[in-house]
Amino acid sequence: MTTGKRPLSPHLQVYKMPMSGIMSISHRITGIIMSLGLAFFTYWIVAAAYGPEAFATAQAVMSSWFGMIIVFGWTACLFYHLVNGLRHLRWDTVNGLEKEDLVASGRVTIALAVILTVAFWIFAAL
Amino acid sequence: MKMQSKLGQARHLGSTNNGVHHWWMQRLTAIALVPLSLWFVFSLIGLADADHDAYKDWLGDHGNMVFLCLFIFAMFYHAVLGLQVVIEDYVANEGKKIFFLILMKLTAALLGFTCLTAVFRVAFGG
Repeated sequence: MTTGKRPLSPHLQVYKMPMSGIMSISHRITGIIMSLGLAFFTYWIVAAAYGPEAFATAQAVMSSWFGMIIVFGWTACLFYHLVNGLRHLRWDTVNGLEKEDLVASGRVTIALAVILTVAFWIFAAL
Repeated sequence: MKMQSKLGQARHLGSTNNGVHHWWMQRLTAIALVPLSLWFVFSLIGLADADHDAYKDWLGDHGNMVFLCLFIFAMFYHAVLGLQVVIEDYVANEGKKIFFLILMKLTAALLGFTCLTAVFRVAFGG
């Protein structure tokens, strides 16, 4: 296809994404991150099948600073993807699709995801 | 009015309702994962400092084993559907697209079945 010197629009480097756009791509990114996290999940659950020593090693890996970053990141992604997923399910019922509703539910989603993540880790630390 | 071409009508071609299968399974696994993923992350709090015996005891509860298996199945299924759309959207070259779809689906099958059988081995005392 010959496009000549026509401008590319909207160009990703100069295009300011609206909140809905940022939240949409974040839904994908958090989904991809959690999918990659399945490799760690598999390691942990398979270690248990290999016996007490392998499981103890896996538990040590998961409670190390490196493991904790992964588990924290995974739960943060989960809570965002979960709440935004519920937002998607509501859209499937053809509700809340007006622009003002999108912004309002978007703000609620971000707030809930942060609150749930923080509350979960406070609860876990108790 | 039928939204179908004359040729399609002559050949008796019509909807078999399979076109929405991907969409439907994505929503079904999403709905299942709302309670399952919440159950799993809160179970992780109890399992954080578990040794092998404690994990085995936890899995010895039949409800925990059923929920863990359902969680693994729904999570891998949902991840495959999501990653499939990501690959279809961003990999333009048809050959590469098919290559990555096969690679992703076979990897997910390998990890998913590895997880499920690992759960069974611990639960049934292999």
